[in-house]
Amino acid sequence: MTESILELRNVEKYFGDFVAVERINLEVKKGEFFTIVGPSGSGKTTMIRMLVGMDKPSRGDILMSGERVNDVPANRRPTCMVFQSLALFPHKTVGENIEFPLKLRGETKNNRKTRAIELLEQLHLSEAYYAKKVSECSGGEKQRVALARALAFDPEILFFDEPLSALDYRLRKTLEKELKDIQRRTGKTFVYITHSLEEAMVMSDRISIMRDGRIVQIGTPDEIYNKPANSFVAQFMGEVNQFNVTRQEDARFLDTDTQDSYVGPPGADLESGILIVRPERIQILAEGEAADTEIAGTVQNQYVLGSRVQYEVKVKKRSLLVETMIGDEWNVGESVRLGWNSDQAFLLAR
Amino acid sequence: MNMPSKSYPVTDSSAERLPETKDPALKLRARKTLLWFKQPGALLSLPALFIFVAGFIGPLGLVVIYSFMPERSFAFNQLPTLENFVTIFQEGYYISYAWSVWLALLSTLILIVICWPVAYGLSRIFRRSMILTLLLVLPLFVSENVRLFGWVLTLLNHGILDGTTRTLFGWELPDMLYNAPVTVLGMVYVYLPFMLFPMSLGISMVPDSCREAAFDMGATRWQVFKEVELPLAMPGIMIGCLLSFVLVLGSISEAKILGGQSIIMISHDIETAFTYAQNWPLGSALSTLLILLTAVLVIGLLSRLNLDNLLSRK
Repeated sequence: MTESILELRNVEKYFGDFVAVERINLEVKKGEFFTIVGPSGSGKTTMIRMLVGMDKPSRGDILMSGERVNDVPANRRPTCMVFQSLALFPHKTVGENIEFPLKLRGETKNNRKTRAIELLEQLHLSEAYYAKKVSECSGGEKQRVALARALAFDPEILFFDEPLSALDYRLRKTLEKELKDIQRRTGKTFVYITHSLEEAMVMSDRISIMRDGRIVQIGTPDEIYNKPANSFVAQFMGEVNQFNVTRQEDARFLDTDTQDSYVGPPGADLESGILIVRPERIQILAEGEAADTEIAGTVQNQYVLGSRVQYEVKVKKRSLLVETMIGDEWNVGESVRLGWNSDQAFLLAR
Repeated sequence: MNMPSKSYPVTDSSAERLPETKDPALKLRARKTLLWFKQPGALLSLPALFIFVAGFIGPLGLVVIYSFMPERSFAFNQLPTLENFVTIFQEGYYISYAWSVWLALLSTLILIVICWPVAYGLSRIFRRSMILTLLLVLPLFVSENVRLFGWVLTLLNHGILDGTTRTLFGWELPDMLYNAPVTVLGMVYVYLPFMLFPMSLGISMVPDSCREAAFDMGATRWQVFKEVELPLAMPGIMIGCLLSFVLVLGSISEAKILGGQSIIMISHDIETAFTYAQNWPLGSALSTLLILLTAVLVIGLLSRLNLDNLLSRK
């Protein structure tokens, strides 16, 4: 086991009567890419402000490398944050921005410049950017400058407060991968905050999901995806099919809304709950094919998502989402048989 | 010049509405004039343009012309001469200039130091407090002279301050009026809002995140001030400096009422030349020099302060 670099013990934060963060316990290991995901208002910004030292927890302890840092202000913590707004200094050039933490430390001008150019190179920016103004940089370039500045600080933990949220989709995808790559190369601990689980999945070693100031689940992307702790987590990843069910007999569950009967996941020990099946786990069965659970429906809508096609299939009073690879064609209005095997579904407490 | 008497449509082509002229050059000029009037806002700007020329440029031009007229003359149709400027340099008027510039510099410096903490509080802590702003603006509604006489009554021998300490403790305070320091006090007091509000606007332009980022990267309170707040608030500070410097340079009441003429500022000399001395050309020459001096300082400052550059943040 690698040592833990950051540990939260029963951390709580109140603003007057309002509980922003409640009984948080978590541990971040050295060199890990740890992401905290939550919808807006889930307390993740409060969390990161406490972690960098701009707010103090109302209760509980924050430990860095085993030492309690509750009362250590931000400027004396070995951590650095990339802000949502990036907070680049508009009156300084790109080079001066990157050099800023080194300047504070009293490094000589030459050393500063060498390091700044090294970092620019590392982030795929040419040396010409050194003398550029921040206002002359594009959104993606500004991201890189902000990251370079944070890396120049050489923090033990680097925090990110949704820095990619303002960028367009393609650039965000590129930078997500770049960020992960830099984290692997530098071996630094990254703690990232985002509202997008999709973004978290791409980059993180482990993900912690927050809701209403509490942690709902902590796990690897694989665990979060395949073993969500509850329906909130399951839905967070994207659209899912949900069925309210109660146990009928042995492994069979009855849908309380439609009276359909499904084969439950193996080893399910709940008597009732929500049965979740992801759209890509449901098949549209061709002639002669069979599955553990089969239901009939009518194709209502078809959406091409790129390499996959999503169908909205009407089953009795409700519609289910089904995703297949592009190429399989079903027409709107066609009657189809849907099916999934029992191990493709999971049963969660309501 | 020929112009159609009807309204000027903005989008129509101008050619068809032009009056018939044989001369092609005249036609071109007419078309150009018409095009200028057809620009959006050109006609609307005329009243403002008229007031600006008649009320601003005109008098200024008259002053400049007068400054080249012979001494003690009231007409400006005579041969221009430089004798007024020679008089200025021979009769020691430069001392008044020096006092004006020195007091303007000193007051501006004192104002920067006094106003920074107040402006900081105003823009960061009491952001929503209208009362505080109102209290600071309210004195502006009272005439400057009345407020200065208030200071005179307060600081006078046997005045409010001296009288009180005499009656209560038997202390005699030293003379406080009619010297250079009290003149500066008056200037700082009167022109405080002109530094305070631009400065506070400047400080409110410093993004919180920049402050926090600097702090997060290990900056001390002083380093945050020096590296982030001061440079980012600079446009506001510069505008405040500009306003208070120019206003003090042209001020007259403080030196007269509080200073009791212990200091002769250039504005006082100008007033004397125009009134008691009845020497308009000399007064004009003094004014022209003052305007030149101010222009050099202000344009010098403004060219260093690239507003566009500073405002194209982010």
